[in-house]
Amino acid sequence: MTSGVLTACHECDLLQREPILPPGGVACCRRCSAVLFRDIPDAVDRALAYTLGAAFLFIIANLFPIVGLEAAGIANATSLYGAVETIWKSDMEGVAALVFITTILIPAMEISLRLYVLLPLKLGHVPQGLAPILRLLQSVRPWSMTQVFILGVLVALVKLAHLAHIVPGIALWSFGGLILLLTGATVSFNTHELWSLVKEDE
Amino acid sequence: MSESDVTASQLGLCTCHGCGGLSELIPGVHEMRCRRCGAALHLRKPDSIARTWAFLIAAYILYVPANVLPMMRTGSLFGAQSDTIMSGVVYLWHSGSWHIALVVFIASIVVPLAKMFSLTYLLISVQLGWTTRSLERTKLYRILEFVGPWSMLDVFVVMILVALVQLKGLASIQPGLAVAAFGAVVVLTMFAAMAFDPRLLWEPKERQHV
Repeated sequence: MTSGVLTACHECDLLQREPILPPGGVACCRRCSAVLFRDIPDAVDRALAYTLGAAFLFIIANLFPIVGLEAAGIANATSLYGAVETIWKSDMEGVAALVFITTILIPAMEISLRLYVLLPLKLGHVPQGLAPILRLLQSVRPWSMTQVFILGVLVALVKLAHLAHIVPGIALWSFGGLILLLTGATVSFNTHELWSLVKEDE
Repeated sequence: MSESDVTASQLGLCTCHGCGGLSELIPGVHEMRCRRCGAALHLRKPDSIARTWAFLIAAYILYVPANVLPMMRTGSLFGAQSDTIMSGVVYLWHSGSWHIALVVFIASIVVPLAKMFSLTYLLISVQLGWTTRSLERTKLYRILEFVGPWSMLDVFVVMILVALVQLKGLASIQPGLAVAAFGAVVVLTMFAAMAFDPRLLWEPKERQHV
């Protein structure tokens, strides 16, 4: 069954009619099986819950040290921002900027912009400027690298475990939870449905 | 060709890259904008092939210093030591963490190389106008997009090591130039994958059917 609305696959350009999805269903391209869109039951409620949780953990994860190190009586600990600062001071400004953008700036932007979109929707009205915000969210998506960052922290810890005593910080656990909540928030943020709320300007 | 196998571009329809909505292209009108989200409309990503090649070639060039130069320098009571990506993997392997060595090897060496080779293959296949295996090539592109950010792993590893191991007089780690080169390779391959338009993989086939 289709809704009669035409859509073109973004990967192979095949023209097809949008199917009406059962709850939780996925619409795939007939020719190349790219995911066209999904139905997510209670998408706004779910996305809002995940995003609020993520916002809370994101703040904790950035305020506290991720890991500490102890060797021969000398101790050192670092937070995410502290690590960016150290890299910056080692004359690696480009790398520092790249890390800052992919692990702090863009995740923070994603969380706050999603809250800006979802909170008014929950209260029953469409937020202003929805179209540019959705476009911005879509273009920054590949540059949000919290998951990769945490894997990097774990690899670094394995490398150091032979040499020194490692003290996991509060932020490490927060980041662990943050990865799960961010994934949930991303999966339940239904861009296709949100675009249908944007009015065409005639 | 059956009526159901029509692409949007054959009917003069254009998918907005901003919101995914369809718009009708009016012949002769340039610089049209999507009525829903205001994004500039293009039938295909502009200059897709040339832009992808440019990013890709730059990535190939920087891949050399990323592997030859040191990722980090460790200074300690027992002397100084430089590590490249590969020597870091070898060290992890010998110290008994073969699984972590494998993760780093895949993320830092296999993924970037596989990504650059695959994009080269996709570009050449489009330029030669191949009509077969469009589906497989589209799936390859999908994988490329997905794995892109994961090669950043080593940059984050070095950053955490540098930030943590600053124990005055005992040991310290300094980042090497390869970190910058490697970060640039990852960013450039991501830009290259974004500039590539997978719809080009289907066009030669469609022309053949008309």
